[in-house]
Amino acid sequence: MNNDGLILTVTAGKGGTGKTTVATALALSLQGGYPVQFLDLDVEEPDAHILLKPKIEEREPVYVKRPKVDEERCDYCGECARRCEYNAIAVIGKRIIIYDELCHGCGLCHWVCPKDAISEFDVEMGIVERGTAQGFEYLQGALTIGEPLATPIIQRLKEKIDPEKIAILDSPPGTGCPVIEAMQGSDFVLLVTEPTPFGLHDLKLTVDVAKTLGLKMGVVINRDGVGDRGVEDYCREENLPILLRIPMDRRIAVAYSNGVPFVLEMPEWKEQFIQLYKEVLKTVTRARV
Amino acid sequence: MKQLVVISGKGGTGKTTIVAALAALAGGKVMADCDVDAADLHLVMDPRVGKTEGFQGSKEAVLDKGKCIECGVCRKNCRFEAIYEDFHIDPFRCEGCGVCAYLCPVNAIAMKPRVSGYVHTSSTRFGTLVHGQLEPGEGTSGKLVTLVKQRAMELARLEGRDLVIIDGSPGIGCPVIASLSGATAVLVVTEPTLSGIHDLERVLGVAFHFRTRPSICINKYDLNKAMTQQIEQFAAEQRLEVIGRIPYDERVTEAMVQGKSVIEYSDSPVTREIRQIWTRLSEALELEVPQG
Repeated sequence: MNNDGLILTVTAGKGGTGKTTVATALALSLQGGYPVQFLDLDVEEPDAHILLKPKIEEREPVYVKRPKVDEERCDYCGECARRCEYNAIAVIGKRIIIYDELCHGCGLCHWVCPKDAISEFDVEMGIVERGTAQGFEYLQGALTIGEPLATPIIQRLKEKIDPEKIAILDSPPGTGCPVIEAMQGSDFVLLVTEPTPFGLHDLKLTVDVAKTLGLKMGVVINRDGVGDRGVEDYCREENLPILLRIPMDRRIAVAYSNGVPFVLEMPEWKEQFIQLYKEVLKTVTRARV
Repeated sequence: MKQLVVISGKGGTGKTTIVAALAALAGGKVMADCDVDAADLHLVMDPRVGKTEGFQGSKEAVLDKGKCIECGVCRKNCRFEAIYEDFHIDPFRCEGCGVCAYLCPVNAIAMKPRVSGYVHTSSTRFGTLVHGQLEPGEGTSGKLVTLVKQRAMELARLEGRDLVIIDGSPGIGCPVIASLSGATAVLVVTEPTLSGIHDLERVLGVAFHFRTRPSICINKYDLNKAMTQQIEQFAAEQRLEVIGRIPYDERVTEAMVQGKSVIEYSDSPVTREIRQIWTRLSEALELEVPQG
């Protein structure tokens, strides 16, 4: 199984707990000894490139369909507006308004129009980029400003996962559709949290989502030492392994603020991330046998 | 009715902490927690839930295998890749648009409503709080945000309040867009990191797209003063005002652990700065009786 790939998603219910810090540190620690591929799936606010400084070699736009009404044919019957599940079309008298920021590009209006007055055209809703960073393959996506739907870009990115590599996925925060899209199909989910009531509350939500999806998981406690013991107690009750603790350390925070991965400034941490990976691998292997 | 929307682009910049502090200073407003993915405001507000209503987000396509002739029309036309080779419909991917049900030649697909979450209306020591909660794995957060805001506005009208304070969600997608719609004033909370700046630029793009002119607050500004300067310069270029610089202080986390707003917990440079932010915001909002 040594040559088999692995999909490891790094996520967090609460934003700003250190997802990207952990995902990039893991990739940098494994690089050299293991085949690594890195995917930044936080397409609303992609930040991993700030730390990994990739060289982008390819760009590929992602399109979504938008309706266009032929006013010659339209008789303003309003069927499209009534049928749209997203309230993205309004017909007011002899005016039709299409709200781009609500439109999901499903195409239903086109199908239901009795006068065949609605056609569709492609709009660029985001981009997928591929390149190299620090010696490994790097992929990221970005949602166009004002577009609502991140999931199609995440789907395009995940199609590019190399089955022979350790794919490290930096997920968006939260528990909504983009996060579910990011986590689905992962061999293991690494939940990054902080030991505070907010951290605990959002950790529980993510654990529930991961359980619903039937995924294996482990916890990384970041800024260990601040806050209280709530996260520790919860992990014990739930039998969730705490795979790593990163202390509250101003040096780590300052390195991050300057766009420097802390494992490059504090290389003694690399071994800890390799150990973490080995723990993950054990769990995944056990499940596969 | 006025709406103050607090957003951040990047998560973890201190948005909710600041909303709780503003709620404590404002007193007697209505609060709406629109970070429905990870609603945390109630952890500080200690709400007594008065009313809970179910929330129906999107519908869900359900296929009747007995009727299905496996023609593949649904699969071919689903834009969300929610229907697999074996005609299993992935409920997480299904956006509930109804195209498959419409096109199915043998009516084998029905669109069923599903309860995707809840909206709670609670009383707190700062006023009424409306907060949403998604079922684990449900994903129509934009619609839930809209419902939470709608309820908050109705209650504010009923109670005769002049302001709804909205805790928005991170990111720039669907829930943020829903949070921003109808905003009177927008406060963006950022932090002095390269990622913070990067995310600030993107979220401002969304705010401008919806024709708002946000104010900016730099949290933990002293963590990296060079970055703080960069943010100030960027704000000046955009002709946006930086209305607060909050220092890093462990008492902020201590307050959270105690379930208190930082205003109630301590009197410190942090709270003095937030008081000033509130004064500036209430001026900008032209509230009838400026408080703070």
